[in-house]
Amino acid sequence: MIQSKRFAAYLKRIPSDIKKLLKEPFLLTGILLVNVFLFLFIVLPLFKIFQLSFEVEGHFSLRIFYELMSKSYNVRPLIHSLTLGTAVAILGTLIGFIFAYAITRVDIPWKRFFSVTATFPIIAPPFMMSLSAILLFGKQGFVSKMILQNVVQFKIYGFYGLLVVETLTYFSTAYLTLYGVLQAIDPALEDAALDLGASKGKVFRSITLPLATPGIASAILLIFSQSLADFGNPMILAGNYTILATQAYLTIVGMYDMKGGAALAILLLIPSLIAFCVQKYWVSRKSYVTVTGKPSSTRIKMDHPVTKYSIFGLCLILASIIFLFYGMVFFGSLVKLWGVNHTLTLNNYRHVFTVGWEFIKDTLLLSSIATPIAGILGMIIAFLVVRKQFPGKRLMELVSLLTFAVPGTVVGIGYILAFNQPPLVLTGTAAIIILLFIFRDLAVGVQTGIAELQQIDPSIEEASTDLGADSARTFRKITLPLITPAFYSGLAFTFVKCMTAISAVIFVVSGKWNLITVAILGSVENSDLAQAAAFSVVIIIFILLALWLIQFLVDRMGGGRKIKFEKPEAIQSI
Amino acid sequence: MNQAYLEIKNLTKEFVSDYQEEKVVAVKDFNLEMKKGEFITLLGPSGCGKTTTLRMIGGFESPTRGEIFLDRVKINDIPANKRDTCMVFQSYALFPHMNIFKNVAYGLELRKLPKAEVKERVEKILDLVGLKGLGNRPVGQLSGGQQQRVALARAMVNEPKVLLFDEPLSNLDAKLRFRMRIFIRKIQQEFNITSVYVTHDQEEAMTLSDRIVVMNQGEIEQIGTPQEIYARPRTKFVADFIGKQTNFLTGKVVGAAEGKQEVEFWNKTFSFKGYDHLKGGDKVTLVIRPEMIELSAKEGICEGEVTLVTYLGSEVNYEVKANHQAFAIQVANPLRKGVFRVGEKVCLNFDLNSIYLIKEQ
Repeated sequence: MIQSKRFAAYLKRIPSDIKKLLKEPFLLTGILLVNVFLFLFIVLPLFKIFQLSFEVEGHFSLRIFYELMSKSYNVRPLIHSLTLGTAVAILGTLIGFIFAYAITRVDIPWKRFFSVTATFPIIAPPFMMSLSAILLFGKQGFVSKMILQNVVQFKIYGFYGLLVVETLTYFSTAYLTLYGVLQAIDPALEDAALDLGASKGKVFRSITLPLATPGIASAILLIFSQSLADFGNPMILAGNYTILATQAYLTIVGMYDMKGGAALAILLLIPSLIAFCVQKYWVSRKSYVTVTGKPSSTRIKMDHPVTKYSIFGLCLILASIIFLFYGMVFFGSLVKLWGVNHTLTLNNYRHVFTVGWEFIKDTLLLSSIATPIAGILGMIIAFLVVRKQFPGKRLMELVSLLTFAVPGTVVGIGYILAFNQPPLVLTGTAAIIILLFIFRDLAVGVQTGIAELQQIDPSIEEASTDLGADSARTFRKITLPLITPAFYSGLAFTFVKCMTAISAVIFVVSGKWNLITVAILGSVENSDLAQAAAFSVVIIIFILLALWLIQFLVDRMGGGRKIKFEKPEAIQSI
Repeated sequence: MNQAYLEIKNLTKEFVSDYQEEKVVAVKDFNLEMKKGEFITLLGPSGCGKTTTLRMIGGFESPTRGEIFLDRVKINDIPANKRDTCMVFQSYALFPHMNIFKNVAYGLELRKLPKAEVKERVEKILDLVGLKGLGNRPVGQLSGGQQQRVALARAMVNEPKVLLFDEPLSNLDAKLRFRMRIFIRKIQQEFNITSVYVTHDQEEAMTLSDRIVVMNQGEIEQIGTPQEIYARPRTKFVADFIGKQTNFLTGKVVGAAEGKQEVEFWNKTFSFKGYDHLKGGDKVTLVIRPEMIELSAKEGICEGEVTLVTYLGSEVNYEVKANHQAFAIQVANPLRKGVFRVGEKVCLNFDLNSIYLIKEQ
């Protein structure tokens, strides 16, 4: 009832909205352009996949899915992906919760250290963990060969290997989500429970945990979709444990079966979309955590020695494992020939900067072009969505956030389908990579921009209009400076994503334009582990440099606010 | 029997700030004795240590030094959940995932009371705070005043030995604040609940309290009934903090005899009574409240010029410049006494019996 009434009111408003728009040609052009871009580079590729897999001789048909489902080697990846996703989501959320709880609620030492450790996987290339797993537990592995002398065989290729590396890669998402949720719970609530006679354990069970439940559900769903979309790790470690994302790639690249690949992509898309919708429209609405003015006091931290040191110990063990994995890649990058000759050398880096220089150059160039464009476009969309009235606004928001939900493999396939033929032939160009970067990571900028704008009183902008500025000038002179911190956070995040992207771009790289991540994957497949390690370290160094640079710029211009990866949704995978 | 019900001895709290290894003294040598059923307010500007003191009584902060006795038992080391105190929080701190009934029953259920008794007591208290029959409502849908009542009920239902209030009315609008103030005081007196109340609102402190503890920078400035605090402030800080606007003058004791003191200011001498502790030559500060000055057109101890007039109906507030000093003056009942205009010359008269003298250190 209310829905239909609202819709009727909405319809009634359209003519006056359009009339208003016509008076502001600049705004109108802006909206039209954004819509064209969103359609071309987000909707069209997806549509192409659907078209290819559902259309048989010009008619709608589900035949391809019958064919797919009738063959066990196609059903298996679906089951595998879902099983792995669920397992990673649960384990990753558990570890994320332990870190978040320890840091927000327990009086442990080294909080900053743990917090940095728990967020580090976000800026590292996601498949570094797999590389490290091979360096540690592979046939020539540091642990398996050097320490255990091959007495124990580790089954790192397959489910368990993937479970470990994906958990270690994606638990950061849970950590950030739950850190935010646990921090936002008013300390007075826990104080009140304590005050009424509850023990610390009872406070945890009856107050903290129930209030954190929506956050936990959110974290599980986010990690689930990240695991589904993960491409790099399964490429390296899956073995016979076939996974949808990689299987779709191999079907297209290895068997030249476009139709089959597209259909697998749709199988991958469906659970991702479901997880996204449940997370966005259901779980996030259940949240009890509300911002109610100033927190009344500092939080009392658990300081009972037994609890304190057992949780501290647990964190220490987890942090050591993370360090061991990343440290091993660093060590591996300095070794002559992994598993055979462990003399230290800088040869790998020499190789990276000579033979691999083209990759580095391309990656840096393309990322640097895409990052600011994605950032600005994101802010423009956020501004339009929050502040302006025009028909199709909600749709614009939804489409720009859709990239969160669509796994990179699906987007990659969509791009080769859409831009391989006229009117837009982009295959093999730098443009297709840049476009992919921009529209893959657009959602981050949009999301942070929306959140920031909603906190700025519209009357500030109204004042500017009142004094005679038009929409464009107001946006440039008033809005943009106000959302600068969010803008820079978005930039930092987008750059990291571009530098570490693999799942979508692997479809569109070419001999002329290639990327480091693809080179790493190639090196691992050729068993050039040391070189792969050196490439990974170089990526991380460039990312840290870029983050430092952006932070430097913010300090100079933005009044010293810290760049933060604060939006948990922003950590959605490639 | 003369033993105090709640006794606080030399309570001190020092924080070590996170960044520099600097000690910050939040509360210093706090001493207080409270009788059973007494209502005491800790009053002071923000950052004066009143909330820290309250949280130490509640067991949320552990004192650096000092002792707290409740009903003759030392409670320093008893954790908050085993302490017989209950707090009403500034943010109400209602559990958002429970309904009203569950919120109020939380403490009783923890004590494993039989279901029937829990139900009976919760319903009784909800009736008392005017929320009868609303037990099933989720707390998210309540108005500020209703949330406040739930918070009060949740604390009171446990029948604690001391009820603690942490600025509970600061989130309500002025009218509601006024009503809740009276409501709290009535319930507190009816059930004879020993209460410690923290606020920075002096009007709130005045209406609610048996005694007020005025704090500043971690230390107690004065403990006394509302009348004592207003009429006989012990320090200049108290005189300035309590009351809307306070005028100060400095004077010198020129003659001190038993029962009569001569104080000189503005080159004139005035007699005061009841300051036997003053000696000749002492410097004093005169605390002159706005209502202790009368204006007349003809004669007074000094002449001045009206510089600002604020007409409020029941009273008029003036700012008058006299002897190079601006005085805040409040005149009640302007309909009868008439109103002066800006720029008019007036004469000031002091109500010497009401003026209070503070000896300067």
